[in-house]
Amino acid sequence: MYELIVVGGGPAGLAAACAAWDSGLRHILIVERDRELGGILNQCIHNGFGLTWFKEELTGPEYAHRFIELLARTGVEVRTDTMVLDVTADLRVHMTGPATGYRIERAKSVILAMGCRERTRGAIGIPGTRPAGVYTAGAAQRYVNVEGWLPGRRVVILGSGDIGLIMARRMTLEGAKVLACVEVMPYSGGLTRNIVQCLQDFDIPLYLSHTVTQIRGRDRVEQVVVSRVDEKRAPIPGTEMVFDCDTLLLSVGLIPENELTERAGVEMDPRTKGAVVYENMETSVPGVFTCGNVTHVHDLVDFVSAESQRAGTAAAKYVLHGPAAGESVSLKNGPGVSYTVPQRVRPQNVEKAFNVFFRVNRIFGKSEIVVRARERELCRFKRDRLAPGEMENITVPVKLLEGVTGDVTVEIREV
Amino acid sequence: MRELICIVCPRGCHMRVDGDLNVTGNFCPRGEAYAKAELTHPTRVVTSTVRITGAAYPRCPVKTAAPVPKEKIFDVMDAIGRVTLSAPVRVGQTVIEDVCGTGVAVVAAREMP
Ligand SMILES: Cc1cc2nc3c(=O)[nH]c(=O)nc-3n(C[C@H](O)[C@H](O)[C@H](O)COP(=O)(O)OP(=O)(O)OC[C@H]3O[C@@H](n4cnc5c(N)ncnc54)[C@H](O)[C@@H]3O)c2cc1C
Ligand code: SF4
Repeated sequence: MYELIVVGGGPAGLAAACAAWDSGLRHILIVERDRELGGILNQCIHNGFGLTWFKEELTGPEYAHRFIELLARTGVEVRTDTMVLDVTADLRVHMTGPATGYRIERAKSVILAMGCRERTRGAIGIPGTRPAGVYTAGAAQRYVNVEGWLPGRRVVILGSGDIGLIMARRMTLEGAKVLACVEVMPYSGGLTRNIVQCLQDFDIPLYLSHTVTQIRGRDRVEQVVVSRVDEKRAPIPGTEMVFDCDTLLLSVGLIPENELTERAGVEMDPRTKGAVVYENMETSVPGVFTCGNVTHVHDLVDFVSAESQRAGTAAAKYVLHGPAAGESVSLKNGPGVSYTVPQRVRPQNVEKAFNVFFRVNRIFGKSEIVVRARERELCRFKRDRLAPGEMENITVPVKLLEGVTGDVTVEIREV
Repeated sequence: MRELICIVCPRGCHMRVDGDLNVTGNFCPRGEAYAKAELTHPTRVVTSTVRITGAAYPRCPVKTAAPVPKEKIFDVMDAIGRVTLSAPVRVGQTVIEDVCGTGVAVVAAREMP
């Protein structure tokens, strides 16, 4: 019987396991389906990781390496090449791999850290033929950075998420011509710094409020047609542009990988597509915690590490001292906010302050983030600019929740 | 007056720089340093991969240990493209000592046992 089993050995799982070890657990197992630890970071060879956490600008593999080294100093057991098939509500973890075969391990607590996967073309349905040469940006990233082959020479990118932007630069550096990055929304889905250093640095045009309306080609992509869209995201006839290209990369969003979570009977949040969590990353199933991209899609791994550390510490506390107590208040998204994590807070279980991550649903200029309980304002935070592509994060002192029952709302007011 | 977005950290401050290189809108001093460099001699860290034999994968990620002049990016890529390593490689190991006369080294960014 393990005190803790961590499902997934990406940055989330690594930070959670290290924190649980530091908090006193001694029987911890990480299960990772890939051949090695590190998760998606292994293919993210660009730099820009760790500025908050390590105060240094690291590449993805270097960031992973730092945590793998920290883990090596603990006694945490690791099983790679092993896939978790099921987690039950009574904390039995079903797994299979060539080394151990099919096994069921029991645990006193479980941390789900499976990360996310890319939305595929099927999920967004582009009309036209189905030739070779259409890849998700993350698949292309793996081909170029890990396997060492270039998926195409003339490229159009649909979607302006960070992976698409990063791949625009990467393919350009490797000698491909990136003709355009096309985004259906009126704003980019990626970090502003990536627009600057991945597109503008290489004069790659970004077409906002545009989408790919047709893919042409018999065996291989030969052309894609791009059209402008109206406010309802419907293509406007007569605005078509044709690009001669052999490759279309899709960077149209990430979806948390939550099949296991749902099967375990954990309450889900349709907004984040992850579990509903308390302030300590605990789910509705006692002893089951979640952290990282499986909980909500992060742009920055530093926040993943911070959140996962909280999950690891909380799992240790659960095992060593029993379940967290106290009534909870619910956090709701008010105008301008699309979701919050956590969704529930138990004031009794918070020492000084709790963190709230959220995303806004459009671009805001100078504005204030207002936290209120019904009509009573609890606190407000000033921001110069807010954008859906950049996750926001506020710290709320718990004493402000004194006497509050029911809901607490987070909303944006432009000033 | 020029508008500039700081790329030093994910905060992405929107800055303004006047003719005398006075910077406003930066949240921290690194933004000012970046803005001045960007308008006089812009630099970037280059990350890429080199061939490797005898490892689990055929490519090993590398990076320039410091930023290099922006106009040298493609020369640096050429130089990186000519290297083949053989496993094992340690993270931080020097791959090219002084790439394209920039005085900057290219180093491995991953353990490849
Ligand atoms: C292309 C790209 C670029 C990025 N750029 C930046 C950047 O510049 N700066 C930055 O700070 N952040 C960046 N990020 C974000 C950061 O990398 C992620 O937020 C972070 O990796 C998420 O960590 P995670 O552990 O939650 O997920 P992952 O890294 O996806 O790890 C999940 C792990 O779980 C394993 N797993 C899943 N299901 C199972 C199962 N059933 N059984 C066993 N194992 C399982 C997977 O194999 C994987 O190893 C980027 C992300 C991407 C995709
Ligand atoms: S000015 Fe400072 S805080 Fe703002 S983006 Fe640059 S480095 Fe980050």
